Amino acid sequence: MIGIYAELSDGKFKKAILESGVYAAQLRNGGGVTAFCVGLPSEGEADKLSKYGVSHLVQIEKTQDFDAQNYTKNLAHYITSKGIKTLVVANTYEGKSLSSRLSMALNASLATNVIALPDTNNGFSVKRSVFSGKGFAFVNLLNEIKVVAITPNSIDVKEMPTAIQIENVANIAEKSNTKIEGTQKLEGKIPLTEAEIVVSAGRGLKGAENWGMVEELAGLLGAATACSKPVSDMGWRPHSEHVGQTGITIKPNLYIAIGISGAIQHLAGVSSSKVIVAINKDPEAPFFKAADFGIVGDAFEVLPKLIAAVKG
Amino acid sequence: MSVVPDTTTKITFTDNNTKFNSQGVQFIINPYDELSLTKAIEIVEKDGGTVAVATVGLIETEATIRKALAIGANEAFRINIEPKDGVLVAQELSALVKTEGFDMVLTGRESIDYNGGQVCGLLAELLQWPSVNVCTKIEIEGGKAHFERDIDGGREVIVSDLPVVASAQKDLCEPRIPNMKGIMAARTKSLKVVEPQNNPITSNFYLFENPVPKQAVRLIDPENAGQLIDILRNEVKIIS
Repeated sequence: MIGIYAELSDGKFKKAILESGVYAAQLRNGGGVTAFCVGLPSEGEADKLSKYGVSHLVQIEKTQDFDAQNYTKNLAHYITSKGIKTLVVANTYEGKSLSSRLSMALNASLATNVIALPDTNNGFSVKRSVFSGKGFAFVNLLNEIKVVAITPNSIDVKEMPTAIQIENVANIAEKSNTKIEGTQKLEGKIPLTEAEIVVSAGRGLKGAENWGMVEELAGLLGAATACSKPVSDMGWRPHSEHVGQTGITIKPNLYIAIGISGAIQHLAGVSSSKVIVAINKDPEAPFFKAADFGIVGDAFEVLPKLIAAVKG
Repeated sequence: MSVVPDTTTKITFTDNNTKFNSQGVQFIINPYDELSLTKAIEIVEKDGGTVAVATVGLIETEATIRKALAIGANEAFRINIEPKDGVLVAQELSALVKTEGFDMVLTGRESIDYNGGQVCGLLAELLQWPSVNVCTKIEIEGGKAHFERDIDGGREVIVSDLPVVASAQKDLCEPRIPNMKGIMAARTKSLKVVEPQNNPITSNFYLFENPVPKQAVRLIDPENAGQLIDILRNEVKIIS
């Protein structure tokens, strides 16, 4: 039996969760896929899951805000009682804080940052990224129960419709020792880890005051904004936008790098992007070796032209 | 604390791609662990107590462990086993936490070699402590730990009872550079070698590969930069 953790974000299942459903459905070998969530999804959300391969949804009663220990206790209990042998978790922030605890509670083997379906011909082997994108590893998961945490945007979301059964179950864990006192959301912004298009800029922009062009292009393309390490170190942009080896590793469909030279640490965080565009006035910038398309030119001249072209 | 290849390392593999090629590689304190170490030192400077640093690794990690002592840890433990996966590391650390009776454990968000991001959660589950990961702020006040952490699309403020396991995210603090006094003091600080539990392994990294190099870049005339949008829209079909 295959299960997924169906994280709820304001009552909704995000794309990363649908990817988990499709991943599990391709593994199920004719059996069902059981999704586990904590709390009640909004109307229509369970049907959305059923389009992406999920045949059962176990809705665990929500008695408190997210806490990895409390959620683990509940999930481990119901995952075990449903006889799940492989659990798929999306590598979101919440998924990351749960997958490790949960694998220990289930006495499972754990692989994180998984980017492809497993090879089950000889054991259970998954491909995952290592060295911040500078390499890949193949890992055999040896325990009977396996927890596989997949990197968002690694699996093509295709519809695999099925009927869905919903079951409501009680919360079995005591209240946790942690309490969420407040949440700040970046309103109207696309989270970097979920973005399909990312527009990123570096020192070539010369100062925080010049980011208007970057944000305008990103807005027109429906993209998230990102930056290089020096830019976040100088405080031009928040650290949450820093992509690279010591920042966030991302895997969008399109990554546009403006005025970023392409140091090895930066490339590590973005090299898994499907299509990379580099814009830099230095023709020797290392980024051109890692890019699919390049423009050798000054950001201040090239960006307005791109904005005009998108506007048509 | 993990000991990892320097961030500028070109990653290659050896023995028919079954092992990381460490030849000529400079090893450093994992950058996220450097943040957790610095934060731990800041906490004891303010609230009292001592900082112990623990590494699961073989003897070659000791030079890097000494660096952590030079930065300001009071004592160090090296658990003498190769850190084959996150589960093994967490099991070894949990045994040490139980014998030493720590009040709080800080880890990095992930190591920059295997990027598992697992040890914080695995260790907390083994200890049955709460866990708070990817923290950008950690303070102890009134016997409780106060955190800010990254969540998808925002930030969260959390308070937790002690003991707790937390992991460090960039922005937590500025890493410290050891000074001469620290380096001298580190020579005489305690670095205990602990024999491992030797639990059975649960996963096996058996093969590695490097990413496929990109084909030559296709250059677009900067005078006609708008052509890029046309290509992305109509040829690659990646934007609408």
